[in-house]
Amino acid sequence: MTDRIAEDLRFYQAAIQLRQQRQEVLAANIANADTPGYKARDIDFAASLREVLDGNAGLPPLVLQTTSARHISMQASAPRSAELAYRQPYQRSLDGNTVEMEAERMQFADNTQRYQADLTLISQRIKTMMAALQP
Amino acid sequence: MSTFSIFQIAGSALMAQSQRMNVSASNLANSESAAGPDGQPYRAREVVFEVAPLPGSSEPVGGVRVARVIENQAPNRLMYDPSHPLADEGGYVSLPNVDVVAETVNMISASRSYQANVEVINTAKSLMARTLTLGQ
Repeated sequence: MTDRIAEDLRFYQAAIQLRQQRQEVLAANIANADTPGYKARDIDFAASLREVLDGNAGLPPLVLQTTSARHISMQASAPRSAELAYRQPYQRSLDGNTVEMEAERMQFADNTQRYQADLTLISQRIKTMMAALQP
Repeated sequence: MSTFSIFQIAGSALMAQSQRMNVSASNLANSESAAGPDGQPYRAREVVFEVAPLPGSSEPVGGVRVARVIENQAPNRLMYDPSHPLADEGGYVSLPNVDVVAETVNMISASRSYQANVEVINTAKSLMARTLTLGQ
C-alpha cells in the first residue's frame, strides 16, 4: 500500500529533484561569472526527466532481502545526477568564460518558477490524498 | 548535492567578489601613493578567480575562490614635477600604475556580480522555506 503512494508521487519527486539539481548548476554558473576559462553548464531537463522515469538513469535499484514469506519486498532506487552539458555562448569573451549573465539569470528565474509550480502540484496531490484518507 | 550547496556556491562568490572589491578599493586609495613602505611606488593588484569544486563532488560544478592576488605589470605612471621631493634627475616622479577608470569599472562589475549572487541566495532561501512547508 505504501508503495502505491510512493508510486503516485514518483513523477513529482523525480521532477523536483532535477529542478533542484539544475538550480544548483545555474547558481554555480552565476557564481563563476567572472572566473577566467569557466564554461557554463546546464542540464537538458526534458531528456533527463525522461531518462529517470524510464528507469535508465541511476544506479541499479536496491532490493530488500526477504528471509520469510511474510516479509514485504521493497526496492529503492537512487537516481544518479543528471548529465551536464556545456552551454553554447551567444557572444564570446576574451578570457574564455562562457557565462552570459542575462541568460543565466533568465534560466534561474524560469527554473525557480517551475520549481514552485512543482511544489504547488505536490501540495495539491498530497491534499487530494489526505482527503481520500479521511474516514 | 542539496539545496544547502547553493548557499555554499553563492556564498563563495560573495566572498570572492568582496575580496575583489577590497583590492579595487586599495588600488583606488593608493592611486597617488608615490612611495610605499619599501620606498617604491604602489603597484596595482588584481585578483585571479578559479573554480572551487564542492568537497566530495566529482562534478566540475562549484563555487569560486580567489586563487591568488597578482601585481599589475604595467609600467609606472611618470609625472613631471621637479619640485616634488621624490623627483628624479630629470624632474619626473614615478606614480603607481593604477588605472582609476579601469578600477572604477572593475568595482561596478564586482558589485553587480555580488548583487546577482545575493539574489541567488534569497531565491534559494525562499524555495527551501516553501519546500519545508510542503504538504501543510
